[in-house]
Amino acid sequence: MTAAPAAPTRQTTAPRAEPARRIRWPRRNPWGHPWLLEGFTWLYLIWSLVPIVIAVLFSFNNGKSQSAWQGFSMRWYTTDPLQSVLHNPELHAAVLQTFRLAAYTTVIAVPLGVAFAVGINRWRGPIPAAANFTMILSFVVPELIFGVAMFFVFTSLFTAIKLGTIAETAGLVTWNVSWPAIIVQARLATIGRQYEEAAADLGANRPQTVRRVLLPLLSPAIFASAVLIFSGVIDDFVLVDLLSSTASTQPMSVIIYSNTRGGNSGPALNALGTIMLVMSFLVALIGFVGYRWLTRGERGGATAALTVLSGAEG
Amino acid sequence: MAVTMRRRQRAPGRTFWAILAVPAVVWLAVFFVVPFYTVLAISGGYLNPFLQEPVAVWNPLQWSAANLDSLMRDITGAGAFIGPIVARTLVYVVAASVLSLLIGYPAAYFVARFAGRRKGLFLLLLIAPFWISYMMRMLAWIDLLQTGGYINRLLSLVGISPVNWLGGESVTVILGLAYGYIPYLILVLYAGLDRIDPRLIEAGRDLGLGRVRTFLRVTLPLSRQPILTGMLITVLPMLGDYFTNQMLSGTASTSMLGNVIDGQLETPGLQGQGAVLSMMMLTVLLVPMLYYVIATNRSSREAVS
Repeated sequence: MTAAPAAPTRQTTAPRAEPARRIRWPRRNPWGHPWLLEGFTWLYLIWSLVPIVIAVLFSFNNGKSQSAWQGFSMRWYTTDPLQSVLHNPELHAAVLQTFRLAAYTTVIAVPLGVAFAVGINRWRGPIPAAANFTMILSFVVPELIFGVAMFFVFTSLFTAIKLGTIAETAGLVTWNVSWPAIIVQARLATIGRQYEEAAADLGANRPQTVRRVLLPLLSPAIFASAVLIFSGVIDDFVLVDLLSSTASTQPMSVIIYSNTRGGNSGPALNALGTIMLVMSFLVALIGFVGYRWLTRGERGGATAALTVLSGAEG
Repeated sequence: MAVTMRRRQRAPGRTFWAILAVPAVVWLAVFFVVPFYTVLAISGGYLNPFLQEPVAVWNPLQWSAANLDSLMRDITGAGAFIGPIVARTLVYVVAASVLSLLIGYPAAYFVARFAGRRKGLFLLLLIAPFWISYMMRMLAWIDLLQTGGYINRLLSLVGISPVNWLGGESVTVILGLAYGYIPYLILVLYAGLDRIDPRLIEAGRDLGLGRVRTFLRVTLPLSRQPILTGMLITVLPMLGDYFTNQMLSGTASTSMLGNVIDGQLETPGLQGQGAVLSMMMLTVLLVPMLYYVIATNRSSREAVS
C-alpha cells in the first residue's frame, strides 16, 4: 500500500496570499484541502453510523418504546423475567448458537483452507487448477443460490443430516473456507521460495519446512482469516436462515429477522443486536491487536491491518 | 545448483503438496459441487403429488421439463406474477447500486486521497458497518422509520405529516438496499483508489490540468476497474436479497426475485420451481461472476509484481 499523498501539508507550505486574494484562495490552490468533499464524507458517516448508535442506546431503554427515552435500564438484557435476553429461552439459545457456529466453522475452515492454499500453490496439474477455480467460484457465487443448493442437498440427498447445526456448519465452512485459501495464497506469493530453499539446503524435509518455516511466516495471514471467518459467521444470515430448522438452531441474526418482519420489533431485539455488535467488535479488536503484533517490523502499519482484516486484500 | 536441486525435489514432493490440498478438495466436492448437482437433479425431477415433495432425478438423460414449464407459466403465462417481480428487482437493484456509487465514490475518494494523517480514523469509521450485523443495521432503521419514530418526528417539524415508511414503500427498500451494501462498495473503491500512484495525478497537474480535469482524465479512468468490481460486489448479493425488503416493507408490493425463491422453498409443492429459478439466476449471473474472478485475479497479480 502506498502512503497517502501529503496534500494537507502542502497547503501549509503554500505562500500566504494577500487578504484580497485570500478569499478566493481555496478554489485557486490546486493542492488545497477539499472541504466540500470532507463534509460529504462526514455526512455519509453520520448517515451510516448514527442509526446504529441510536439502536444501541434504545436497547438500554426502560420501556417498550424505541423512540421515547424512558430512562436507563438493563431490563432487556438481564432483569426482565420473560423478555430479556437472559431469561427468554429463544433469545438465550440464539446467543449460544451464534457463538457455537462461529467456533465450529473457524476450527474446521481455517486448517482446511490453509492446507489447501499451501498445497495447491505447489501442486501443478489439471486437478489443482480445477480445484482452485472451484474455490474462487465458491467465493463469488451469490449466497442465496448457494444456500438453495445446500438446502436441497440436506433435504433430498444427505437426508441423514437434518437441517440444523451440522447442516449450518457444513454450509458456513464451504462459504468461508475461501478466506484462508485466498489470503494465504496471496501471502505465499509475497514470501517467495527462498526461505524454503534455505531450509531445504540446511537439511529440513518437507513437513519440517512447512511446520518450522512456512507456518510462522504465514501466521499473520492465518490469523487474519480466522478473524474474518469468526466475525463473518456472527454476521451471516442467508445460509443459517435457510439451513436452520427449529428455533433452537436459529442464531441471533435469524431471530432478529424473523421477529421484525412487518416492523414489529422490541427492545430485546435491539439488545440482541447490541450483543452481536459487541461480539464482532471484540473479535475485530483482538484481530487488530493480534495482527499488528504478528506483523511487527513489517511495512504497512495500522491502515494495512485494517484493510486486511476487513477482507479488502483478499 | 538451485535449479537442478529443485528439479530433483519436485517429483517426489508432488504427493506431499497434493495430500495437503486433498481434504479441502474433497470438502468442496461434497459440499459445493454435489449440492449444485442436486439442484439440477431436482430442477429436472418432478413433484410427488401425494407428499408435495420434489423428487430428484439423478440421470441427466431422464430430466423432465415439468418444473421448468410450471415456472415459465408463472413468468410469462396468463396469471404470471414473476415477470413484474423480475422487472421490479432490476429497477430496485439498478437504483440502489447507482445511489451507492454516487454516495460511496466521493467518500472513498476523499479517504484515499485527502485524509492525510487521519486516514486511519476515517478508514475505521468506513469499515465499522462491515463489523455490524446486517440485521442490526436494518433493525436500526426500523426503529427510526416507525410511525412515531425519529424520522417522522423530524419531518413533522418541517410540517410534513407522518409517512408509513414501513408499509411497502419502494423508496424505503431502495434506500435500505443502498444503506446495506455501500460499505462493501466503499471498501473496494478505497482499496482501488488508494493504489493509484499519486505521481500520476501530480503529473496531470504539472502538465497544466485543473483539479476537475485531472480527476476526469487521470483518476476516473484509473478507477474504472475498482468501480466495476465494486458494483459487482454489491449487485450480485442485491439480486439475491430477500431480507432487506422483508424487514423494511414485508408486503408483496415490493417483492423481489429473492423473495420468490425464498417463498418457493418454504411452500410445499413449489420447491422444484425454486430450484429451477435459482439455476436460471445462476446462469444469468455466471458471466459477471467469471468476470469478477478474472478481474480480481489480474489485479492481485499486479499487486504482487
